[in-house]
Amino acid sequence: MVQDVTGAAVLYPSRSIYLETVEGLKLDGHEMLSDLCAVDYQAHMDRALPAGVLPERFEVAVVLVSMSRATRARIRVQVPESDPVLDSLFGLYPGVDAMEREAFDLFGIWFDGHPDLTRILMPEDWEGHPLRKDYSIGRVPVQFKSAPGPR
Amino acid sequence: MNDDSDHSLDPLAPRVDETSEGLQELEPVQETPAAELAVEMGGSLRLPEGIELDRNDFDFETSEDQTMIINMGPQHPSTHGVLRIMMELEGETVLRSKPVMGYLHTGMEKTAEELTYVQGCTNVTRMDYLSPLSNELVFSLATEALLGVEVPERATWIRMLMCELNRISSHLMWLATNGMDLGATSMMIYGFREREMVLAFFEKTTGLRMNHNYIRVGGVAADLPDGWQEDVALICDTIPGRLYEYDELLTGQPIFRERTEGVGVISAEDAVALSATGPILRASGVAWDLRRSMPYMFYDALDFDVISRTQGDTLARYEVRIDEIRESVKIVRQILEKMPYGDYRAQDKKVTPPPRARIDESMEALIHHFKIFTEGFKVPAGEVYVAVESPRGELGCYMVSDGRSKPYRMHIRGPSFVNLQSLPAMMRGGLMADAVAIISSVDPVMGEVDR
Repeated sequence: MVQDVTGAAVLYPSRSIYLETVEGLKLDGHEMLSDLCAVDYQAHMDRALPAGVLPERFEVAVVLVSMSRATRARIRVQVPESDPVLDSLFGLYPGVDAMEREAFDLFGIWFDGHPDLTRILMPEDWEGHPLRKDYSIGRVPVQFKSAPGPR
Repeated sequence: MNDDSDHSLDPLAPRVDETSEGLQELEPVQETPAAELAVEMGGSLRLPEGIELDRNDFDFETSEDQTMIINMGPQHPSTHGVLRIMMELEGETVLRSKPVMGYLHTGMEKTAEELTYVQGCTNVTRMDYLSPLSNELVFSLATEALLGVEVPERATWIRMLMCELNRISSHLMWLATNGMDLGATSMMIYGFREREMVLAFFEKTTGLRMNHNYIRVGGVAADLPDGWQEDVALICDTIPGRLYEYDELLTGQPIFRERTEGVGVISAEDAVALSATGPILRASGVAWDLRRSMPYMFYDALDFDVISRTQGDTLARYEVRIDEIRESVKIVRQILEKMPYGDYRAQDKKVTPPPRARIDESMEALIHHFKIFTEGFKVPAGEVYVAVESPRGELGCYMVSDGRSKPYRMHIRGPSFVNLQSLPAMMRGGLMADAVAIISSVDPVMGEVDR
């Protein structure tokens, strides 16, 4: 276990023990999940990770808070590009619902076991996942449906 | 439950089919799978493992009558912006509801990756437009945590002063709009009137009434103006008296109580399970305030109470907010006494531009100034999560740096975004008219929900 500058514990479980790790932390007194977000490390693969953790393209960071001890724990789990699937924490923390939907919407990470994994911020028929690093800004030209065409 | 058999074939393919409108729409309660009902009730939390969900387990008191699904919003005066709520009604009773958001999504997190840390504050300040200073604060704190810059004491006290004043103005704005939602139109005028006092002070200090870009990495943009003590003291003297008037106007008023008491109740367990923070959590009996529980800046040096109620209803949330204004006034008075002299920004050449006067006389200062505002400063690689208590709850910033002068990833944990999840739990079984009161009591700011 590593501590960051704010004193929060940082854990790096593998995907297979991700759910168990979070469950263990919940039993350990982390009552609330305060944040879940994904990061696309495609352009920053040489980031510092503890020995034994293989860097993958995606990373999901979960912030748990123990209200009784007033401490935070952060879980950073690596998610490979070829199979961006992760277990959903919905069964443990129902409050993760919107956050997992957001990570799915903007990064295309699939959360197994999430009951309603649909787009939350982007339009339902949107193609692609905008916060991925290979999704460039301004790639989609602005179109007006009723515009008469080039003048 | 979603059919998860096909996603393993090509996980990278856009899942447009699975995000079609069909899945987004609410279906009548009789046709909804049990798992989805469980979502709305947080039921899976309380179910032991391995138990098959049965839709008969849910105590939806449905008669044979047909139910009606209606949309409230996105353009509806009581949805505080562009929030859309799908509701299944039976007569006037809300059986189920589902908030739909994204109408104000402007990709601020993506934008942040293209802006330097100097420019970043102008971006985040537009998220929660009712408490812009909290946004700037959490962004600056996260960047400073990565940078390791020491902020001067006075700068921190100024930040606290501004954030507490912002909490007052935000809660006053909430009182105003809440009053309007419940038909107390005069409350709206009063709330705006008092908020104007705070905004006038903000304008004097920061130059703008909102979207200040005042709290910056390394300190604040400018020192407090001359005579700020009198201005702040005037605010502190005026607002408690006015709050007493609001108490007279609303708290004891039978119509107001009728519309709020026992409406939209959420239990402490549900609030914690749904990650609700801020007044919603405190109104349900959990005295969790980051200023007290996990102190940042100098909040541990101040004497204030964490307001909580146990009822968990709309009235409790109203009382928590109105008492939090009183506590903020108390805090501001203490800050007024304790404000130290000193510098208002870190004298670290890396992050701080030279004083304006130096630019006219020194070429180096001009280059330095130019460098900071064009290239920005480089932040050591790393990642950090910092959270502050905004008027709406826990406002978090997850910042990842790859050593360049722009954030590699900046994620804001918006309290409104998360708090909206508790809406279905609060609205279930209530009246359609109460829905307006409940949405208002969550105090969502759509700029922050959709970011």
